[in-house]
Amino acid sequence: MRDGQPTVLPGFGLTLGFTTFFLSAVVLLPLAALVLLAASTPLHQLLNAVASPRALASYELSFGGALLAACINLVFGFIIAWTLARYEFPGRRLMDAMIDMPFALPTAVSGIALTAVFSANGWLGRYLALAGIHVAYTRLGVVLAMTLIGMPFAVRTVQPALLEVQRDLEDAAETLGAGRWYVFRRVIVPAVLPAMLTGFTLAFARALGEYGSVIFISGNLPMKTEITPLLMVIHLEEFDYHGAAALGFVMLAASFVILLTINLLQAWGRDRMVRRRA
Amino acid sequence: MTAAGPQAGSLEELHTRPGHATVVGTLVRRGMIGLSVAFLAALLLAPLAVVFVSAFGNGVAAYLRAFADPDTQAAIRLTLLTALVVVPVNTVFGLAAAWSIAKFEFRGKSLLITLIDLPVAVSPVISGMLFVLLFGMRGWFGAWLAANGISIVFAIPGIMIATLFVTFPYVARELIPLMQQLGNDEEEAAITLGGGAWMTFFRVTLPKIRWGLLYGVILCNARAMGEFGAVSVVSGHIRGLTNTMPLAIEALYNDYDFTGAFAVASLLTLLALATLVLKSLVERTGYRRR
Repeated sequence: MRDGQPTVLPGFGLTLGFTTFFLSAVVLLPLAALVLLAASTPLHQLLNAVASPRALASYELSFGGALLAACINLVFGFIIAWTLARYEFPGRRLMDAMIDMPFALPTAVSGIALTAVFSANGWLGRYLALAGIHVAYTRLGVVLAMTLIGMPFAVRTVQPALLEVQRDLEDAAETLGAGRWYVFRRVIVPAVLPAMLTGFTLAFARALGEYGSVIFISGNLPMKTEITPLLMVIHLEEFDYHGAAALGFVMLAASFVILLTINLLQAWGRDRMVRRRA
Repeated sequence: MTAAGPQAGSLEELHTRPGHATVVGTLVRRGMIGLSVAFLAALLLAPLAVVFVSAFGNGVAAYLRAFADPDTQAAIRLTLLTALVVVPVNTVFGLAAAWSIAKFEFRGKSLLITLIDLPVAVSPVISGMLFVLLFGMRGWFGAWLAANGISIVFAIPGIMIATLFVTFPYVARELIPLMQQLGNDEEEAAITLGGGAWMTFFRVTLPKIRWGLLYGVILCNARAMGEFGAVSVVSGHIRGLTNTMPLAIEALYNDYDFTGAFAVASLLTLLALATLVLKSLVERTGYRRR
């Protein structure tokens, strides 16, 4: 519909009213409760919850682990997206369909399955153990679970961008004598960079909040392998609502910053796209 | 380009180009495919296989016995019940939200879209915690609820509300861009020709958006049945009463009943596989995710 043109369609009041009411009841009111509770917590209690050594150690693992997992996904997300977008090989369609598996697979299932595969007597864990690498019940396991959960985001943002890279630009560059590596660096990477960064940020956001798949493989040792979401659960189980809300507020603030970053990245990507086309 | 033959720039056409099969090109190609396969095999295929191998590790009889456990049966029933309540509610919400956002212009529209998307950006633990803060023993409405003998947290209503929250955007975010893209011309024609509002919706709009709607419902259902974090916080883990299938997996796993845990996990894995197959089928009708 063009702006400002009246429409004959009915149901505006009904549907918008229902949408806003339902949104307020299910999403906004509960979020407001969290923010108000965190805001009404006495300062020393707030600092106790947010800046205790145990909380700081959990941030280090949650933010650090999510960052590392997002970096791994930045690399492998690109490799997989490239493979799917550029090569024809037997099983390509199956691989393409499988990428969304972590979206569809319940996190508790991927948690116990990853633990079984990477524990010291698991299929892969036993060989890694021979090399002295222990995955299950260590920080490495946390990163692994976070990588799995963020992988589809990294692939699915880069894949369409790779398909959209204008082939004639690449062809022109090659015709003008550019080598493959040069074309890759100067034509392909600039074109998909915004998508790669968006995928990186999405994977980071997902890994940061992840709970189900991480707690099975992490071992959950305080100060060592305890993620921030788990610390919130522990506060709740001790009926320390203020402590839980304070930590929740920290996580929400982080999510908000991430969301903002994603929006900016996407705007930047669209902007570049338009300028390249012009 | 000749009229017949593969389209320029397509995968088929690239393979016909001279100089396609250089040594370096072939090595890069093999390396990329190999790395992708290795990464996905270790992170996706091995865990998928281990679920079924562990579930059937003690034989088919032991696998079937796992489902004879009354607590496991109760968990399966609760998961089905939750999805049966939550998915239709979020479908109606998604339709209403998409109708208002895609068919009309109003101020604050983009804010509304952002707010609808909010639950997917929030950690599942926070999603569950919100309802403990509201309805829990020491929450805002806790005292009032207790005085009136209503339990939400550590009971089935809490599980439903938490699931409602985490699956909230799934149908709406699928339908909003789809309906914006399809436009209003047919609906306006139907209304102008004297069709009623509901008739226009059911006979004109619904057929147009059916694949997108199905897509959203499939994803919403998968998340509703598989949600762990948010439900874990509100459930209280009372066996046979407030454990859903994912929570039953955790309980069995912590009891070292690995056959039982992986047996329940195998059902959820089948659900995930079915979800992916259905999703691919919907995509094959021409409905593509943007």
